[in-house]
Amino acid sequence: MTDSQTATVPAPSPASDREPLLRVSGLTRHFPITKGLFGRQTGAVRAVDGIDFEVRAGETLGVVGESGCGKSTMGRLVTRLDEPTAGKIEFDGKDITHLGVAGMRPLRRDIQMIFQDPYSSLNPRHTIGTIVGAPFKLQKVATEHGVKRAVQDLLELCGLSPEHYNRYPHEFSGGQRQRIGIARALALKPKMIVADEPVSALDVSIQAQVVNLLDDLQSELGLTYLIIAHDLSVVRHVSDRVAVMYLGKVVEIADRDALYASPMHPYTNALMSAVPTPDPRRKQQRERILLTGDVPSPINPPSGCRFRTRCWKAQDICASQEPPLAAAKAGHQVACHFPENAV
Amino acid sequence: MSKNSIIVPGQRGEGPEGFLTVRDLRVHFPTDDGLVKSVDGLNFTLEKGKTLGIVGESGSGKSVTSLSIMGLHRTGTKRGAPKISGEVWLDGEELVSADPERVRQLRGQKMAMIFQDPLTAMHPYYSVGAQIVEGYRAHHPGTSKKAARTRAIEMLDRVGIPQPDKRVDSYPHEFSGGMRQRAMIAMALVNDPSLLIADEPTTALDVTVQAQILDLIRDLQKEFGSAVIIITHDLGVVAELADDILVMYGGKCIERGPAASLFESPEHPYTWGLLGSMPRLDRPLQDRLIPVKGTPPSLINVPSGCAFHPRCPYAGLTGGRSDTDVPTLAEASPGHHAACHLPIADRHRIFTDEIAPRL
Repeated sequence: MTDSQTATVPAPSPASDREPLLRVSGLTRHFPITKGLFGRQTGAVRAVDGIDFEVRAGETLGVVGESGCGKSTMGRLVTRLDEPTAGKIEFDGKDITHLGVAGMRPLRRDIQMIFQDPYSSLNPRHTIGTIVGAPFKLQKVATEHGVKRAVQDLLELCGLSPEHYNRYPHEFSGGQRQRIGIARALALKPKMIVADEPVSALDVSIQAQVVNLLDDLQSELGLTYLIIAHDLSVVRHVSDRVAVMYLGKVVEIADRDALYASPMHPYTNALMSAVPTPDPRRKQQRERILLTGDVPSPINPPSGCRFRTRCWKAQDICASQEPPLAAAKAGHQVACHFPENAV
Repeated sequence: MSKNSIIVPGQRGEGPEGFLTVRDLRVHFPTDDGLVKSVDGLNFTLEKGKTLGIVGESGSGKSVTSLSIMGLHRTGTKRGAPKISGEVWLDGEELVSADPERVRQLRGQKMAMIFQDPLTAMHPYYSVGAQIVEGYRAHHPGTSKKAARTRAIEMLDRVGIPQPDKRVDSYPHEFSGGMRQRAMIAMALVNDPSLLIADEPTTALDVTVQAQILDLIRDLQKEFGSAVIIITHDLGVVAELADDILVMYGGKCIERGPAASLFESPEHPYTWGLLGSMPRLDRPLQDRLIPVKGTPPSLINVPSGCAFHPRCPYAGLTGGRSDTDVPTLAEASPGHHAACHLPIADRHRIFTDEIAPRL
């Protein structure tokens, strides 16, 4: 790693003491389903349905869940690429829930995004110099030695060669493109980066390179990450805290070690037992919880606890009462009537 | 490259020993930029009732291998037609030189395939049932439509689709990802194939659904006793299913062995790299992953000598041989072969001293 970037790294203090950088409460996004000529609304896809969490400065919050659980929509809401239906998003003490394009512009410097697919997130007609330099131009940020020099420093920081400045995206491999996306996100020295499946499109050996790069950048630049992924082992590797989502709700949120050592929500347990382990000897020993069926439709989510239709512990109360996300232990919140590993 | 440049000792012979035997398979695609050597001298055998896992990164030639076993690479324009050489023996029949019509008869009946993305592999215009019926009637010409439909419902039921008698008339878009993959498995198994090739069968699926599909494939194999080839980049998936594992890199097999031995004492530095770059849930948390440096090679300009040498941290220990000589597969322990120039003793020492503690 180079030290060409002079970033002010905050004094290392345990993340738990710091102020939350991002605070989300009751965040909701319903996509309306309309019918007929006049756009009569007949229903809604409840993609995100009332979630609360905080991300403290300097920490990494990992968000996991199956496809369709609303984790990507949540990422788009937090970066305000999408308008929330209800709820509140506070970033750095400022309410950004309903800011318009102009209102958001100064804040875009502080919140950046890394996208999943490195093939579609870079304009094929622009050179790397134009792509990574675009944030400077858009935000009218003056750079000390010119934009070109700043871009080349960024490329070097992300493990690319400064000579790549004049090349086009198609000349790079998937891993290199993802590094370009990361360089672009870092251009304005943001406080927070929202990464939506940053490594899932990459090969295993390249995936590890990018994960290590994200790690290095965090310790070097003091970044705060919100990492959305479906791969539990990647999330365990990068996160300080982990939130598990199911059908638009956060069902469990805890410190990484606590969550992986003793998951409390049955869904988290099932997810973890479903991850295949690269160890043929263990496949006979371990007990696997096999969830049956698919995730229910978010148009018509089950009453009460949303997981009850696939849960082996479900009882009558689960159908009638929705379990609130409540602290079960210090720093461990879970939304379940019958949590596991409870003391 | 000439046809007989690499011959694995003891592999050339007349009669095939296994149910499926692949000998010196080469698939080369001529392109404007040069010859793409997707598969370059591959050998393996597979018995009935066994599962072979083929592991590799994108561009290592694993999918091309499966498609050429199925005979799906034979067509193409005159200019773009791939050059295929070598031998593929399926139950005593050679497929590479066989009549295309004969291969067509075998395809779908004796050998079937499950594709990665069930949404693009199924026709959106026909109902799931109609597509299964088509496959069944094509290979059972005398069957009535009604009997074929009954068979389709039976298969959908077998792969765990609820209400199969109703769902048989649904279209692919009405199914969820996991159900579509189940329907595709039903389609592949409708003619009781004795060889089933699954090309990244669970890559597009969530972990919970992936676990269901892997269990299904395992159960079905037990029930039908067919030979299964599972192609994936996920070492976790092959560890769950495979009896034997073959690791591919740059169009060649670089390591092959029984699953337990390959995971316990991998021989090739690339396999070490793959294992080291995976974050694992079953081990204590590592501070950092150990990635393989660099990127996979271009198949037009495969590096000279050992294709892995530009990325290999131990290439310097072979005295320059890895830059010039192509390593051949050699037995390192019973049934476990690796293509590496490092002396076996050195490899074992490096693995136990440096690699194993970090995994």
